[in-house]
Amino acid sequence: MSAPAGWEVVIGIETHAQLSTASKIFSGASTAFGAAPNTQASGVDIALPGVLPVLNRGAVERAIRFGLAVGGTVAPLSVFARKNYFYPDLPKGYQISQYELPVVSGGAIDIAVDGSHKRIRLTRAHLEEDAGKSLHEDFHGMTGIDLNRAGTPLLEIVSEPELRGSREAVAYAKTLHALVRWIGICDGNMQEGSFRCDANVSVRRVGEAKLGTRCEIKNLNSFRFLEKAIDYEARRQVELIEDGGTVVQETRLWDPARGETRTMRSKEDAHDYRYFPDPDLPPLSISPAWVEAVRGSLPELPSAMGERFVAAHGLTDWEARTLTASKALAAYFEAVVAAAGGDAKSCANWVLGELSALLNRLEVEADASPVSPAALAGLVHRVRDGTLSGKAAKEVFEAMAQGEGEADAIIEQRGLRQVSDAGALAQLVEAAIAANPKLVDDYRAGKDKAFNALVGQVMKASAGRANPGQVNALLKARLG
Amino acid sequence: MLSTEELRRLCELARIDLPADGGAALQHDLDRVLGWVAQLAEADTEGVTPLTHPGDPTLRLREDRVTEPDEHEAFQRTAPAVEDGLYLVPKVIE
Amino acid sequence: MHALSVAELSVALRERRVSSEELTRLFLSRIARLNGRLNALVTVDEERALASARAADRRLARREAGPLTGIPIAHKDLFCARGWRTTCGSRMLADFVAPYDAHIVERLEAAGTVHVGKANMDEFAMGSSNENSYFGPVRNPWDAARVPGGSSGGSAAAVAARLVPAATGSDTGGSIRQPAALTGICGIKPTYGAVSRYGMVAYASSLDQAGVFAHSAEDLALLLTAMAGFDPRDATSVERAPEDYGRALNAPIAGLRIGVPRQYLGDGVSPDVARAVRGALDTLTGLGARVVEVSLPNQRLAVPAYYVIAPAEASSNLSRFDGVRYGHRAEGAADLASLYRRSRSEGLGPEVQRRILIGTYVLSHGYYDAYYRQAQKVRRLVADDFARAFEQCDVIAGPTTPTVAFPIGRPGTDPVQMYLEDLFTIPVNLAGLPGVSIPCGAGEAGLPVGLQLIGRAWDEAKLLGVAHAYQQSTDWHRRAPPEEP
Repeated sequence: MSAPAGWEVVIGIETHAQLSTASKIFSGASTAFGAAPNTQASGVDIALPGVLPVLNRGAVERAIRFGLAVGGTVAPLSVFARKNYFYPDLPKGYQISQYELPVVSGGAIDIAVDGSHKRIRLTRAHLEEDAGKSLHEDFHGMTGIDLNRAGTPLLEIVSEPELRGSREAVAYAKTLHALVRWIGICDGNMQEGSFRCDANVSVRRVGEAKLGTRCEIKNLNSFRFLEKAIDYEARRQVELIEDGGTVVQETRLWDPARGETRTMRSKEDAHDYRYFPDPDLPPLSISPAWVEAVRGSLPELPSAMGERFVAAHGLTDWEARTLTASKALAAYFEAVVAAAGGDAKSCANWVLGELSALLNRLEVEADASPVSPAALAGLVHRVRDGTLSGKAAKEVFEAMAQGEGEADAIIEQRGLRQVSDAGALAQLVEAAIAANPKLVDDYRAGKDKAFNALVGQVMKASAGRANPGQVNALLKARLG
Repeated sequence: MLSTEELRRLCELARIDLPADGGAALQHDLDRVLGWVAQLAEADTEGVTPLTHPGDPTLRLREDRVTEPDEHEAFQRTAPAVEDGLYLVPKVIE
Repeated sequence: MHALSVAELSVALRERRVSSEELTRLFLSRIARLNGRLNALVTVDEERALASARAADRRLARREAGPLTGIPIAHKDLFCARGWRTTCGSRMLADFVAPYDAHIVERLEAAGTVHVGKANMDEFAMGSSNENSYFGPVRNPWDAARVPGGSSGGSAAAVAARLVPAATGSDTGGSIRQPAALTGICGIKPTYGAVSRYGMVAYASSLDQAGVFAHSAEDLALLLTAMAGFDPRDATSVERAPEDYGRALNAPIAGLRIGVPRQYLGDGVSPDVARAVRGALDTLTGLGARVVEVSLPNQRLAVPAYYVIAPAEASSNLSRFDGVRYGHRAEGAADLASLYRRSRSEGLGPEVQRRILIGTYVLSHGYYDAYYRQAQKVRRLVADDFARAFEQCDVIAGPTTPTVAFPIGRPGTDPVQMYLEDLFTIPVNLAGLPGVSIPCGAGEAGLPVGLQLIGRAWDEAKLLGVAHAYQQSTDWHRRAPPEEP
């Protein structure tokens, strides 16, 4: 949905990407999802008196990967700070985060909406710990606290308020989501909360330079909710202003059941977080050598790979972007092209067409495809060498998807080999001409449709196996 | 001077009850201390880097390994209110 | 026997002149007789102490004993020790039984010491008189009407009264050195990062450092050697090769340059203390050391800087005491906000609340730069002062405290006056340096006076060497308080 007429919607997004470490950011407890309550909450995670945080190297390494992937600056020295507030899911009474000196600053994410490109700059990305969970099921009118998630490493990625409208916001979130998975720092599982977005939304009249008062919307655990919440919030703010009201800066919660945002009561009182450098954690030093080692271990990034697909294979921008939406799909495509020995355009058509449809149907990633890249390449090969017609090829693909074997075996077994033998096709053409004098006359009288009907007769006589291109050519030659 | 409103706000941030007497004695004590530490302003600290960690060390990191076993039963033995492994608090409204 | 030092007891144990069980029973009987009056120990576990004494005896019999095997000790009650309550002198943790051991508890247990119990302290280590304990004030064995100092007052009183030959403590702004001085014993606060803080309940994390009390520099060296060392569970623990803190005990001090800050023997030091300290300097000069005057110009601002930084860190460190996972929980709180407020207001004492509020203030919006950041800058100036002074001297010496032990319940409860008790000890914590206090004379009413020795970072062995040389030619460290004053 576009912005209300005469208004511009301005959005900045804060993303909490859960880093895919085995252990927590400051303790050796497991980060695995779904354990029984508090069984993965160590002394550090429940903030026993006397325990101390020790930073996980894996979390830092992932932050460096991100910084390099977005072209940001990895700080040689960054500082952990305490953000002080009381909440039952925050056992220490403070969250260890980064404030004045974050681990990554700057960088950008390139998005595409409706074929046009836009670069969204990032403000910063910083390391912090996640909080636990409050379970509101009824325990005799009490709330239960599970601290398994407390201390899970997060990278908070903050964009500049450069997004205009919910579609750009969604494109940004999706691109970022693909990137963090691509570089292997986050599993991206939104149901489990591994990738969470908060949107800072404000509106202003078109042409106005000053930003409006923003509201922060939380609990956006799907791209659909992100889009709906921004649209709702923008409409709410515009209506409020047009009715003579003013927007109050506040934190709001997206309520998916009602499809609206509402004030978060627990965040009502203005906070004073009293950030200060954590005395338990000296500054984090990241050496140039470490940064270079991480750079060396980074995979080719999706943007670079997409550009390469366009340049080397002549793919369209859309094809390149779609193929690089996930690392598994891109790897699959490259494997097909390699096995097929070229013909990347056809390979792309197959991967983006039949294969993607199949993967969607099965709800699996490309690396779990029942049709291997080599098998798909075999099929592409049989189309290229004329063995299969396009229609037959789709039948073969379905059979491969059902696990019936390689393309060649299926072609033989089902008799799908295209007839391309000139002599055999000439006989079929002669037979069709002899059997359909009326069509021949019509064609000669200028009715093009009649020609197609003759082709159809030949195809029918061949049980669909005649090479349609050759049939066309033979008929044209024979009828003059 | 620390105003009564400021004292109330500090107590709120620190989750401490204002004393039953309205906090006059507490306010007096805090005023005394805060007035006394205000002499720090006399120091010329232009260009001085704050010293937050003695010896100015940098952070030592641990390897990403799971080392902590499940000890929730031992940890919850002294907990004031627990059910089904969860710590209980009065109802939280979001 | 109870008057012997740890080093002497260690010899007696290994020569089988006494068993650890006998020794432990001896000290337990002294505790039974004297602790009621002193209130130095808040937890005593005879059964466990005797069991570990017997285990120590078995090791002694097998000749597998180290120098500390079988020596009874007590721990300040902010070191977590499995199975015992760790109260921090607070109602908040009056019933808190730690599910784990502090690093130093592990280390000392591994060294074979016999842990008899836990020592009283100012609540959460906030205080200089040990009057701020939920379990009541600790009395000075030299004069029961006087304070033993704080915050490790229970540990100091227990060692001074020979309830144990040694005890652990923690020192954030003088909490080992000041009570050591006021009770006539020895205490060391090591370099920040020398002893792991893991399992030591935090007061002010960038200043807290564990240390120990005993009767001689030699004893401090033995105990510190066992306690100190790298611990990966504390990110501020410094990774260094293990060291023998007794290696320089017999090093000659001839030619040693002792810096005496001109600010240390002027106004604000009572004449009896100044006289005793001058006497100690004369003794050291007689041993060949040379006294040089040094200057610590920013010293004056160290105490106010401390009373910004320590409360700031404390206000955050003590937020975990919210009545949810452990500790005191107010009855019948209807909502979350009142559960927090009431649990904390009931569980934390007035001085702790005061410091939390001060810390909250100095970190809050609009005050951070003027108070907290400025204090950390002043801290740098204080540390730089020491660095400059150490260009001219090897160790710095002066009084540990401005006066001898003062009366319990001293009238005129001005918090600032109490804070100035730590005038000479606080700068050392701000800079993270090692400091030792040893008895060096008698002041007003025959009460002990402490000499503070301050070293460069990691110069503990040198400090202990100087202290040992002094103790080889004096006997202040051997003087014991009257048994029934």
